Amino acid sequence: MIATLLVDFSPLKPDFGLLFWSTVFFSLFWLLVGKMAFKPIVKALKDRQEDIRNALDAARQARSEMSDLKTENERVLAEAREEKMAIIKEAKESANLLVAEARDNAKAEAQRILQQAKLDIETAKMAAMVDVKNEIGAMALQIAEKVIRKQLSDQPSNVAYIQQLMDEMDRGGNRAPSQKA
Amino acid sequence: MKRTIILFFTGLFFCGKIFCQFSSVESNNILLASEPTVTHSAPVAGEHEHSEEPPQNHGASGVGEAGHTGTDSHGEHAPFDPKSTAFHHISDLNVFSIGSWNLPLPCILYAPGYGWSVFSSGKFGIDNAHHGNGHLAIDGYVLNHGRVNRISGEFPRGTVEVEAIFSSSDKQSGAHEKDSVRIAGIHYGLDKPSTADAGLFGGGITSFYDFSLTKNAVSMLLVILLLSWAFLSMARSYRKAPGTAPRGAQLLFEPIILFIQDEVAKPFLGRQWERFMPLLLALFFFILGLNLFGQIPFLGGSNVTGNLSVTMVLAVIAFIVVNTNGNRHYWEHVFWMPGVPAWVKTILTPVEVLGVFIKPLTLMLRLFANITAGHMAILIFISLIFIFGQSGANTGAGLGASLGSGLLTIFMMSIELLVAVIQAFVFTLLTACYIGAAIEDHHHAAEEHHG
Repeated sequence: MIATLLVDFSPLKPDFGLLFWSTVFFSLFWLLVGKMAFKPIVKALKDRQEDIRNALDAARQARSEMSDLKTENERVLAEAREEKMAIIKEAKESANLLVAEARDNAKAEAQRILQQAKLDIETAKMAAMVDVKNEIGAMALQIAEKVIRKQLSDQPSNVAYIQQLMDEMDRGGNRAPSQKA
Repeated sequence: MKRTIILFFTGLFFCGKIFCQFSSVESNNILLASEPTVTHSAPVAGEHEHSEEPPQNHGASGVGEAGHTGTDSHGEHAPFDPKSTAFHHISDLNVFSIGSWNLPLPCILYAPGYGWSVFSSGKFGIDNAHHGNGHLAIDGYVLNHGRVNRISGEFPRGTVEVEAIFSSSDKQSGAHEKDSVRIAGIHYGLDKPSTADAGLFGGGITSFYDFSLTKNAVSMLLVILLLSWAFLSMARSYRKAPGTAPRGAQLLFEPIILFIQDEVAKPFLGRQWERFMPLLLALFFFILGLNLFGQIPFLGGSNVTGNLSVTMVLAVIAFIVVNTNGNRHYWEHVFWMPGVPAWVKTILTPVEVLGVFIKPLTLMLRLFANITAGHMAILIFISLIFIFGQSGANTGAGLGASLGSGLLTIFMMSIELLVAVIQAFVFTLLTACYIGAAIEDHHHAAEEHHG
């Protein structure tokens, strides 16, 4: 029954010629193209996959190195910044110190100058006082002299006495330079 | 951009395919319509010696004229026979029929006790209008519907004029008489080429063997040459510029190769995946290439992977590879399944042994059935036009059916494209799966556990 139905259905009948040619053609394709094309292609693909994996790994490593470097840089930068701040602070401090010192010095100098001035003034004052004393003394002496002279002139004895005194003074006055000599 | 190109080519492909089917079915139909009177009067081979020849008004070259002289076909329209049309279109032939042209192919024939005959099928004097019948007999061989047949019994060598060929596929009756040929007024029976089905499917060993490069063999050769060229040039560009980005054919094939590698070879074959890559890729591209080649319009629509001979060879190769690579554990599992009670083994062992053969058998049948069914479905949808149009008698119904079956055919062909890829993939996948089962060695632990 099946045989009668399928008598024209030739694709179902294994044909010797087609069996032979299929075997030959497929085996050739498998062995030749397999060896000359598929094997190298699969190998090339595998190699490339390996390459890509390596490249990715390298990139990943480079990236991590980069990030390491970056943190390092940041750390250095932060340190530098800190150092800078410290330096500035120090400089400020030392500047302040310097200013304060200068101020102190200046104050001291001023004090000293003031002191000096005071001393000078005192000295000058003393000198002036001495001068004034001398002047007053001289004036008093003159006045006294005048007064005395007047009195004395009234009395000849006084004049004599004065004369005597003056002589004494002269002697005394002469005596001093002579003594020096 | 790429999508547009693909759409364009798909559209072109469908239009072409439909046109091709139309034109070839139409020519077939005209021939069928022209034949019945000849066939009617043809006596059964063997009886002709004592029966009076019915008067034939054709001349000496009856086959040639049967197609052209419209006298017979004018009278009545023979019912269109979709079955024989479909069967003819999916059969392997000794001519390469493109549209209504039949290109000659080399014939390599062997008849025991008679020797080899090698010649081009063009020597048969193929009548393009007559769907591959030859009007000459060479060394006792004739071309019957595109296929070489041999005259039964003794027949002298040399070229003889054939008057008429009577083929069972031209008849509407269900009964199958042997095809016959009339030469010089005498009827001779025709033998079909030997087939290896031992009569199971209506074939068997006959008086001759046909080792010709048939349409299927030539299609196979063409596809293999094309694939070889593509892959060899691809391999060369990998060699020339290793490690660079893929270009050209590499872009097309590389994802497919990687798909086979990552989805088929690696999961099923484990550590040994690289060893079997050439086989898996060869299987996949061979099947895919031929599946798709069979769908290209204007190229004969070869039904190569829908021919049992081809799928049988592929399955046998898969069978050999699986079983020659089978390790101890594989054979242990087949003959003496570890870890099951002895009485279960008595059931399991026959099942497993049968399984060894059933696996390649299913590979063979699955591919054959899918591709043949696809070709048949398309041919039958096209045949609907002629059935509804009553072979040209009812133009309106024919036009309506053209529209309907045109749409159905487009739908079917889209599915066929899918099937072409799926079947190639399934064949490869299952081969990998069977090889994987034969070579895997992770049963070690389990076996030790079972003691």
